[in-house]
Amino acid sequence: MIPFEYRTPKNLKEVHATLKEFGSDAKLIAGGTSLVIMMKQRLVRPSCLVSLRSVRGLNSIEISDGGLRIGGLATHREVESSSLLRRRLPMLTETYHHVATIRVRNMATVGGGLAHADPNQDPPPSLIALGATVKATSADGSRVIPMDDFFTDYYETVLNPDEIVTEVFVPKMAANTAGAYLKFLPRTADDYATVSAAAVLTLDKTHKIISDVRIALGSVGVTPIRATAAEAILRGQPLKAEAFAEAGEKAKEAVDPVSDFRGSAAYKKEMAGVFVRRALEKALANIRQQARVKASPKAAKKTTKKGKKH
Amino acid sequence: MNKKIKLRVNGKKHELEVPTSRLLIDCLRYDLGLTGTKEGCSVGVCGACAVLMDGEMISACLTLAVMADGHDITTVEGLAKNGELNPVQKSFIQYGGFQCGICTPGQVIAATALLAENPRPNEDEIKDWMMGNLCRCTGYYKIIESIQKAHQFVK
Repeated sequence: MIPFEYRTPKNLKEVHATLKEFGSDAKLIAGGTSLVIMMKQRLVRPSCLVSLRSVRGLNSIEISDGGLRIGGLATHREVESSSLLRRRLPMLTETYHHVATIRVRNMATVGGGLAHADPNQDPPPSLIALGATVKATSADGSRVIPMDDFFTDYYETVLNPDEIVTEVFVPKMAANTAGAYLKFLPRTADDYATVSAAAVLTLDKTHKIISDVRIALGSVGVTPIRATAAEAILRGQPLKAEAFAEAGEKAKEAVDPVSDFRGSAAYKKEMAGVFVRRALEKALANIRQQARVKASPKAAKKTTKKGKKH
Repeated sequence: MNKKIKLRVNGKKHELEVPTSRLLIDCLRYDLGLTGTKEGCSVGVCGACAVLMDGEMISACLTLAVMADGHDITTVEGLAKNGELNPVQKSFIQYGGFQCGICTPGQVIAATALLAENPRPNEDEIKDWMMGNLCRCTGYYKIIESIQKAHQFVK
């Protein structure tokens, strides 16, 4: 690593001032689990690291406007362990549980992960499917960016060098809605996905019509990819088993994977279709499970306890 | 560029001046002489460099020493109290939880962190927690058994 300064501002105002001083030569560091590797490999050579580790009050996870607000400095482990999220948004609990290992999750932050923008990450597809937004703050104020528009290229986002991800907001889910995130891991449990798929499905109150759906994929392009054409096949249509397979087929047209040690491009494309179908099926199963819990909370409690995972 | 930092390692306070690029693993091994913590993959995957920071396990190879400034670090050397090994260490010896030994400091640190959260983990919980600690001798069965039986050594 080339020599660099290490600054420890105590609040956002000081962070902004330090970023201004060093311009685009500075890099923000929170958990450092990705940035330190890139610095070791000399892919990134900042003249100054601006640490966010002494900035307080940006790691809360709370209900707000019916949705959920997650501070940019919340660690992956804090998200994964939040009882509020487990209750309100188990899809995110599961998604963040899938990230790397506990050692990484103890350090890596929600905002840092998003700013890193590796298309193989787990949270982006889920957050896109959930319709989440990102709040980016600079000395000039803050702006809200839909997750859909956040990623622009491999390791690239719409963030300016002086902006910090201070918050992620997941809006309130409609009634009869549930989601699922599936990660295809043919190698090891801590690996990046060969293909990942997230789906959030909404049924009408009769549970017979798909009133809304959002689908996103990871590891199959230079950014996470939203499969809008696949969504269009399902939206407003009657719920039937073949429809999910059709959406899976359509989702294959949206992806552009590369061949690597996790599989050939052709194989990943095929698996993208399979995992979109399975994610939709799991989202549907989750809606039905929620309906059962609502109808008979006691019986449902028994079944969830049995399947309890630490 | 250097920076002065304060660390508490295994209960002992240290004040050092380190280059900002110094990794925590190198600080522990070369500046403090605590060579129990090993460096394996250098990218946070293998778990050999696992240490506890304020009780939470982290990869010392992905952490800059300056990031640990003001924090409490526990390495494998700090697990024994007054010369007595901790329950995980005793169990690894009793039930053969290691072969060549290179991954063992990381395994023992990770298992100690697990038992602090969950004193009687089942096999699935152990596998889920320990999946980030690799053993090239593939001695996993004995490692899992050692962790599962470590509670026997808790007084």
